[in-house]
Amino acid sequence: MIDLHQAAKSAVSVPIGEAAFPVPFETGLEYAAPARGPWNIVHVGMLLPESRQIFVCAEGCLRGVVLTAAEMGAMDRFSTIAVQENNLLEGDMEQLIIDGTSRILSELPRLPRAVLLFTSCVHHFVGCDLHYVFQKLREKFPAVDFTDCYMNPIMRKSKTPPDAKMRQQLYSFLRPAEQDGGVSLLGTLTPLDEENDLFRLLSGSGRPFRAITSCKTYNGYLELSKSSFGLTINPAAALAGETLEKRLGMRHLHLPLSYDFDEIAANLSRFCEALDIPAPDFAPWRKRAEEALRAASEALNGVPVAIDYTATTRPLGLAKLLLEHGFAVESVYADSFSAPEKPAFDWLRENAPGLTLHPTVHPVMGMLPRDEADARDGKLLAIGQKAAYFTGTGYFLNLIEGDGHYGFDGIARLAEELAEAAREEKDVPSIIQVKGWGCCG
Amino acid sequence: MLRMKQVNRILSTYTADVSGVCSALYELGGMTVMHDASGCNSTYNTHDEPRWYQIPSMVYISALTEMEAMMGDDSKLVNDVCRAASELHPRFIALCGTPIPMMMGTDFPGLARLIEKKTGIPSFGFATNGTHSYLLGAGPALAGIARRFCPDGLKPEPAGTRISVNMLGVTPLDFSVTGNVTALRALLLENDFAVRSCWAMGSSMEELLEAGKAQVNLVLSAAGLPLAEFLREKYGAPYVVGLPIGKPCTAQYLNAIREAARTGENQSPFRKEAPSGKAGLIIGEAVWGASMRAALAADGNPARVLCPLEWDAGTISGGDLRTDDEAEIAAAAREADFVLADPMYQPVVPAGTPFIRFPHEGYSGRIWRSEIPVFIGGGVPPLEFRRG
Repeated sequence: MIDLHQAAKSAVSVPIGEAAFPVPFETGLEYAAPARGPWNIVHVGMLLPESRQIFVCAEGCLRGVVLTAAEMGAMDRFSTIAVQENNLLEGDMEQLIIDGTSRILSELPRLPRAVLLFTSCVHHFVGCDLHYVFQKLREKFPAVDFTDCYMNPIMRKSKTPPDAKMRQQLYSFLRPAEQDGGVSLLGTLTPLDEENDLFRLLSGSGRPFRAITSCKTYNGYLELSKSSFGLTINPAAALAGETLEKRLGMRHLHLPLSYDFDEIAANLSRFCEALDIPAPDFAPWRKRAEEALRAASEALNGVPVAIDYTATTRPLGLAKLLLEHGFAVESVYADSFSAPEKPAFDWLRENAPGLTLHPTVHPVMGMLPRDEADARDGKLLAIGQKAAYFTGTGYFLNLIEGDGHYGFDGIARLAEELAEAAREEKDVPSIIQVKGWGCCG
Repeated sequence: MLRMKQVNRILSTYTADVSGVCSALYELGGMTVMHDASGCNSTYNTHDEPRWYQIPSMVYISALTEMEAMMGDDSKLVNDVCRAASELHPRFIALCGTPIPMMMGTDFPGLARLIEKKTGIPSFGFATNGTHSYLLGAGPALAGIARRFCPDGLKPEPAGTRISVNMLGVTPLDFSVTGNVTALRALLLENDFAVRSCWAMGSSMEELLEAGKAQVNLVLSAAGLPLAEFLREKYGAPYVVGLPIGKPCTAQYLNAIREAARTGENQSPFRKEAPSGKAGLIIGEAVWGASMRAALAADGNPARVLCPLEWDAGTISGGDLRTDDEAEIAAAAREADFVLADPMYQPVVPAGTPFIRFPHEGYSGRIWRSEIPVFIGGGVPPLEFRRG
């Protein structure tokens, strides 16, 4: 075999001081690093209790989602209808979906409460009449709630990418209900930490806090619509919040995950104001986070840090926070940045112009030796699976979308976990190959 | 007309043709580009490709967008491929398709010619569309490489020397990375055969290009048959279809290679009539299935083969089954004495029917890779199975 490890990372990486915003790299062919922790649409859909997913697409597209379900032990909630060439040529797509779904449901020992019916890119292009399909299915199975979901990666660079659409549709079964002043957390895939800032603020207010991650039954899920407020902290969930505000009158509060103390305080203040609860003095909360960061920075003692975009929706914000507190953040792995990252980007350009930005999908990235950690005697701390993969380090914090860390408390917890991750070497390949980290508990 | 075989209430699906191309070409130093929006690449490198950590490879996706698809704009694909090729210097470029390019009517061979003209790098276009199994990707990919690169003027080595062979149709999708390819090489060497090349795991491109010198070609999966037929046509060497599983069948298989070398005739030692009456059921790829059937029969356990894939390399007989319909597979399982198959078939097998787990990477991916046995040669766990 020929040696393909000839490409140089310097050929594609760029110091932030010279980088463009929001896309620092040339786009083109794409590589996919085998770091599989982030959740896909199957994992997200499985959050809905007592539901069944039915995917309608070509075999090649089915393979990934079938094995996602199989790997999470959920094949008993999952079925498929394979689209073949003749369906595209003969124009019988609607009938294929109606008959296929009917057969699947009629053969089940018990009907599911809800069906998430996924169509794909081909349906988008053939103009499949989904309105007709769902009308017929609802007539045939009145006891089942159906919703339309989409596996259409061809829309991933559009205004409504599949991830945001999936989080929106996850709540499409909710019906209008009498509201009780509660808060429903929308589109966050893992539970928030027990002591997080939001729970502390809500404590004693009498307002219920609800999240799909706590729902054990479909009826429990339907209670999410009782809340007066829909809270989103992930930008990909904002569409879900906006939709429920329009549809159910649930006031949407988008208080995004942040690593900027002022922004955190502003978010928490907005939360208090909206819910009409007293805002405490956040200074002690901030102090605790500062102290945790200081302790973690001392524990790391100059160990280089790399961050990637799967670990958090704000990788540049996190880099800024850590640099401000003495951490040796050297690199960020991300292909583009969201608009709210611009202030952190500008700060880093000014204060850490040598911070290196690496792409993750550039073709060269698949050919590079993953030996950056070796060059540091193995001591490099990665935050996120892709950073761990590309640097080849054994020291990493397995963080997906920020996990349940939020606010000042989230930063304190993150700092503690960083110190622990720097102490204990992990078997990275065995961890990062697991799809949808945390989706099975 | 709606065919209910398209509906799976609980069964999985085989690796698709597009991944088959990638898997077959993975180790050859080329650049393989899936023309797709996204998803095919992560499916491939998560579930279909176990070699990422050991061997780097240039397998990419074109990141097709809605607008490019609607406008039928191929220029971005061509430009992106040419730019990546100029940075990475692949030995060849292979394009393969998915459902949207099929709907767009993408002319892959034409695009390959254009890219070759622009880059000077040998280029291929495989008109996969993601609606077929990996066999229909891996088979044409291996044959395409041979057709393009195997030189004229080679001849099979003369009789009298050690019989030399090529191993054809070898990918992790059928053989995983649990030791079967190594075991097969070792078995051949121990029995005084010379292995010229293995298409395509563990052989350099230089070794592959010497394939014309081999006296016999071994079709080890149905994906190897198009290549075997090409090598037969170009160099005249016969082929043997099958796998050596279990002690008696291994001897039979090795004799078939010798017979092919002696007579120049193709051999298929395990193509047998399926048993009548009560029998077990083997579900899976046909060359493996027929070989496993022979091994089980030699051990006193008659079985039929159920092949859910499109190609069988001529190993399936009248009493065997060809279907990928979940209901028909379940019906066949109900009639069987025992079932030997990938664990993902177990949900359609009656609870009282003995089920022998035999994971297949091309079906369940990596889930049960650690359970995939070394089935080549004499010590095969399934042969320890006894009815009752």
